[in-house]
Amino acid sequence: MLGERSLGSLIRNKGREGRRGYTLPKPDVEKTDLKKVLPKKSLRKEQPGLPEVDEPTAIRHYTNLSRKNWGIDTNFYPLGSCTMKHNPRANEAAAAVPGFAGLHPLQPEKGAQGALRVMHELQGFLSEISGLSAVSLQPMAGAQGELTSILMVRRYFEDAGDEGRTTVLVPSTAHGTNPATASMAGFKSLEVGLDEHGCVDVDELRGKVDASTAALMITNPNTCGVYERNIAEIAGVLHEKGAFLYMDGANMNANLGRMRPADATVDIMHFNLHKTFSTPHGGGGPGSGAIACSEALAPFRPDPVVEKTDEGYRFARPEKSIGRVSTFHGNFGVLLKAWNYIRMHGPELRDVTDMAVLNANYVRARLRGAYRIPYDELCKHEVVVQPPKGKKALDVAKGLIDHGYHPPTIYFPLVVKEAMLIEPTETESKETLDDFVGAMLELAESEQEDLEKAPTQAPTRRLDETRAARQLKARW
Amino acid sequence: MARFTPHTEADIQEMLEAIGVETLDDLFADVSPKLEDPLDLPPVLSEYEALKDVEARAGENVSGLPIFLGAGAYDRITPSAIGAITGRGEFLTSYTPYQPEVSQGHLQAVFEFQSVISELTSLDVSNASVYEGANAVAEAALMTARLTKRDPKVAVSAGLNPRYREVVETYGVEVVELAFDGGITDSSAVPDDVSGVFVQSPNFFGVVEDIEAASDAAHGVGALCVAVCDPISLSVLEAPGNLGADVAVGEAQPLGMPLIFGGPYAGYMATHEKFVRQLPGRIAGETVDKDGKLAYVLTLRGREQDIRRARANSNICTNQAVTALAATVYAALMGPEGLREVADLSISKAHYLADRLQVSGFKLRYPDAPFLWEFAVELPDVERANDALLDNGIVGGLDLGDGAMLVAVTEKRTKEELDAFVEVVANAG
Repeated sequence: MLGERSLGSLIRNKGREGRRGYTLPKPDVEKTDLKKVLPKKSLRKEQPGLPEVDEPTAIRHYTNLSRKNWGIDTNFYPLGSCTMKHNPRANEAAAAVPGFAGLHPLQPEKGAQGALRVMHELQGFLSEISGLSAVSLQPMAGAQGELTSILMVRRYFEDAGDEGRTTVLVPSTAHGTNPATASMAGFKSLEVGLDEHGCVDVDELRGKVDASTAALMITNPNTCGVYERNIAEIAGVLHEKGAFLYMDGANMNANLGRMRPADATVDIMHFNLHKTFSTPHGGGGPGSGAIACSEALAPFRPDPVVEKTDEGYRFARPEKSIGRVSTFHGNFGVLLKAWNYIRMHGPELRDVTDMAVLNANYVRARLRGAYRIPYDELCKHEVVVQPPKGKKALDVAKGLIDHGYHPPTIYFPLVVKEAMLIEPTETESKETLDDFVGAMLELAESEQEDLEKAPTQAPTRRLDETRAARQLKARW
Repeated sequence: MARFTPHTEADIQEMLEAIGVETLDDLFADVSPKLEDPLDLPPVLSEYEALKDVEARAGENVSGLPIFLGAGAYDRITPSAIGAITGRGEFLTSYTPYQPEVSQGHLQAVFEFQSVISELTSLDVSNASVYEGANAVAEAALMTARLTKRDPKVAVSAGLNPRYREVVETYGVEVVELAFDGGITDSSAVPDDVSGVFVQSPNFFGVVEDIEAASDAAHGVGALCVAVCDPISLSVLEAPGNLGADVAVGEAQPLGMPLIFGGPYAGYMATHEKFVRQLPGRIAGETVDKDGKLAYVLTLRGREQDIRRARANSNICTNQAVTALAATVYAALMGPEGLREVADLSISKAHYLADRLQVSGFKLRYPDAPFLWEFAVELPDVERANDALLDNGIVGGLDLGDGAMLVAVTEKRTKEELDAFVEVVANAG
């Protein structure tokens, strides 16, 4: 960047001993002598090496850093399975309201009725959207929603005295968090293959489900962007053997008002509130992985849930709760934004899904021919494509950067070689999609050696990732 | 059409035609079972109406009063510059930096966050943050089991935040409790089959603990020592890395994050470089690009769920990038001197309040134990005292349920508020 000697100039290098970026109120009581109140050996001997900068320097440093970062605000960001839709700024305004932003989590319930009411109403909204009767807002991310769900399944079987449930089934298209969650919850994960549509192979599943199966973790639509058309039958196969169907809700943006997991007899699922209800993603977090489940699993939900009584709203611990998964009440600020988003859409949430699915199918139709489309039938909110033979997904992705587009998810799902998973979302115009398709078509025709040079227009060229791992330097 | 979706009817018709279907319903021909009825949700609201309701709900909370609650979340000053940075769309509306060429902003900010945590804890490596404090403690418990190749069983102090302990148990870790006397943990008798010994300092009751004794005890049985530390306290207290702790974890909320009813916050985790492969979550590392220019990238990705799947060291995918950014900007603005001043102000005010309460005839629960800005005071009727405080426009401390109130004092509290607190509590009897 202009005005900086190197791209990596760190905040710590921009200060000087004695500079300060913030002034605190003057002391109004006598200063306590630490040596008198603390054991000598507990006192810090050497100060931490933190930056010493003034406010203007700090603001300029972080503003300039932000300019090396792309977001939905700056660029089309069709990152598959991540639902990078526009983030309404009303959500940020809602979370900044002092009556919420300044509310201590241990404030007695009578002094937090507004917050509890928001949580109670959001529980109801998610219940209506999923069709599942019970909700927990506690999990703080999608992966934690998965873990919470699978721990609940585990506790259900322990409670029922059914000790033989040792396996969780996971389709080969699953997000990595699914098998990692199964392991973390103490299960062995077993993979299930696909049929010719990219959906769970029901015959293979039937052969793998037995008395040792605790659950199948299915994503619907799956990570090929295809609707799991046999989902009700799949649920039946599991239920017949006493196992549960868990649905990863990462792709709920394709389902709002069009399908309810409960109608397919899904037993438990998680939502990614930061994806579907746009709360936003914040560079990787914070998010929220609220869950919804059937009556059978409801007693096992994490502590607490919000109840409405004649005297007002209160927290309650479900009867056979797995316990707490967060210190306080989950990521309330994210819950508040999701509540606000849903209220700004109402039943028109279905339009969100319709436009998301329209956009993905339009991109699929426009890329046909130039790109290989392994499952070239109706897709839902995202479509998986492969570059022309001889070209790599990585090179096309880096080429897209030079055209001003954030690349799609690449090399995922793992079952598709050179996969490029494109999720346009509902908030993009036809013009944006047409321009993006134009760039994709141009890249399909590009010379390989030109592609390999990309990107040349970004804040950096391609990085040496091996060096980062081999010569680990993770601090100043 | 709604304001967030740009298509006109003409756009929709042209696109349906390109796809080769007639109606939007046709796009869902493969969906079964289908939902036919509209969702039963409250009617759509304009932004103005929705935000008016947000204000109304906020009004149903008690707010704008001086707060003496702590117990894991602290009412500290948050500089305005933080919101100006974290609200920037480039940070707020991006995702995990899978494409480093266009994510250098977040990657460098994460690198700086890791550096701040390493400086505060005196440990070599930190991750890019986890969900929050309890989650950091639970992940550390699982980490000690992997590193010692023992079953996940940890010895914890009774001074560990009980909510942290609950989350550790939810995550399937067996917990044994260490002896606790006078507000201080006695780590002399640690079972020899545990993977980790957990000590929090200052502990849940505000007392400064002996991390060195806990790490000696842990190492004596081949276990690891995990120190749980408030990051602000590390401006005055010796760094856990210099006291033998193998892992330091904690809640980063005091570093510039609003209370917002318990989250989102950020959890931090730091350890020795030799243990880095068992550290869960994202890590940003320094490297160079093709032209030799310094840059940052997510590294040691082989630990993570999207690469290693069932054999990953955690299922965690999220890092709290925006809240971690808040912590980084906070640390930059405050610097070492400012951070120490925050601690000094809080300590001085807390000790002033504790002294005044004792002069008024109240006893501290642990009168001989060293504390910083949080302490337990015994009151004849804690509930009555808290009701009286609220009637006088003050949010009292945490009712410990056994005749004591846990009181936290931050740099925000004024002498006037402290004096009012004492007066109301004394009058409440």
